[in-house]
Amino acid sequence: MSHKVIVPIGPYHPLQEEPEFFQLYVEGEKVVDIDIIIGYNHRGIEKLAEAKHFDQVPYLVERICGICSSSHPYAYVLAVEDLFGGEENIVPERALYIRTIIDELQRIHSHLLWLGLAGHFIGYNTVWMWAWRYREPVLDMFEMVTGNRNNYAMFKVGGVRRDIRDEDIPALKKTLDELVPALSMFKGAVMDDPVIQARLKGVGILTKQQAIDWCVVGPTARASGLNMDVRRDEPYGVFDRVDWNVIVEKDGDIFAKTIIRILEMYESVGIIRQCLEKLPKGEIDADIKDIPAGEGIGRVEAPRGECFHYIKSDGTNRPIRHKIRAPSYMNVASDKVAAVGGTISDATITLAAVDPCYCCTERVAVIRKSDNQKIMNGWDLIKLSHEKTNKIKEELLHGRP
Amino acid sequence: MRERIKEKLGPKIKEWHEHSARRIYFTVDKKDIFETVRFIFRELGMRFSTASGSDTPDSFEILYHFSNDSSGEFYSVRVFIEDKANPEIDSITPLFPGAEWIEREIWEMLGIKFKGHPNLKRLLLADEWPEGEYPLRHKNES
Repeated sequence: MSHKVIVPIGPYHPLQEEPEFFQLYVEGEKVVDIDIIIGYNHRGIEKLAEAKHFDQVPYLVERICGICSSSHPYAYVLAVEDLFGGEENIVPERALYIRTIIDELQRIHSHLLWLGLAGHFIGYNTVWMWAWRYREPVLDMFEMVTGNRNNYAMFKVGGVRRDIRDEDIPALKKTLDELVPALSMFKGAVMDDPVIQARLKGVGILTKQQAIDWCVVGPTARASGLNMDVRRDEPYGVFDRVDWNVIVEKDGDIFAKTIIRILEMYESVGIIRQCLEKLPKGEIDADIKDIPAGEGIGRVEAPRGECFHYIKSDGTNRPIRHKIRAPSYMNVASDKVAAVGGTISDATITLAAVDPCYCCTERVAVIRKSDNQKIMNGWDLIKLSHEKTNKIKEELLHGRP
Repeated sequence: MRERIKEKLGPKIKEWHEHSARRIYFTVDKKDIFETVRFIFRELGMRFSTASGSDTPDSFEILYHFSNDSSGEFYSVRVFIEDKANPEIDSITPLFPGAEWIEREIWEMLGIKFKGHPNLKRLLLADEWPEGEYPLRHKNES
């Protein structure tokens, strides 16, 4: 007996950003197709930017996303600095280091946030609590450096707005030191747990060819064996002056995506430590007055992948065109192939694996095409996911289905 | 990579501009865009980053941005669409699905029609948004 059923997921939840609407077409338990409908939160920022002067735009683009809220202003200032021939031509040394520190702190807090939610979705609420507990000291570091726990307002064309005080550096280093054992705990919890392995391995696979065709970026691409990272490929900040590794996995499943994010946090800690060690004295701002005419492109490796900004200037004080492409724009589209073929109980974690925002999974209605309509709330979908995890646990513990 | 592009596309390249070591812009005719993108994406294996459309006084302009992740070079292929009353260009979505959303976005924001696009419907604008109004056009401004 196979009913064709449509499962709509989304679009809104007031606590989360980025509303999206996923419509799953299912036959029995199997997802056969998926429609992704976005645009609920389209705010016309590209158009708004045309009415702001160059110094105001960082505040605008910072508000595109509350999680990677330094990636957009960073990519924007890189695009404007591209008009001057590149960041390294005008930005003082010390500012380059500070920019790198902010960029990496943000990666740690974003990956911890993801890890917690991923844990929650598969029924590991302890992982959720611990991950978010260790995210707090990272936000405290942000507060110490920038004055804000989110939306840091650090970036400006030609430099940064706030300096790192020498007396704060020992506290920053101490917090980083305390973070490493926590990362090792997560690494052990994920890599050594047979249930998590059984739950995430082979689920939501995006093959290398699919990753190429869907042009995905960031951890989503690196989990499918694409060796790319803007930090290495087109170094900005001081990424070419510190030692770190690009983490690449081959399997393309959710386990690979999880491992990549966990291991990347170690790299980020290492990068920040080296930056704090090497932080040179000097100015933090080049005090740029006029923006020349021309076209500039800036890109940074946001926690979710390449973030792209394009600026066209005619020599006035406002951009005449500002194009923004966030990494999730490419990654979310690839759910079309990653989620199809899986089961509904895997859909939650598969859709979450590219690290979009999670509002989508919080409110769900299951609608049968036939007369018996059934509305489920979002918790039911997460419960389906938890049930599958528990089933795997039972099997592993007692050797029975 | 530059040499391979110049060699393969030859006279199809109308203008070649190297803004810096990693920023290369070149212009092709709009009828050659499909072949150009196919060559860069499939044969040279570059990653399609995105495309950006803009409204200029004489034409619409689209830049197709490609990243060569192994060298860090960034190539932007420029096309001009001169017929502002009825702008049209070949879709590159049949080549690879990663271009689907951005073409839909350019279509609804600037009103440029992509010939051969398998699913040219609205992506970001609300359902109630009036037909034929394209928010990124500059017609109401000076």
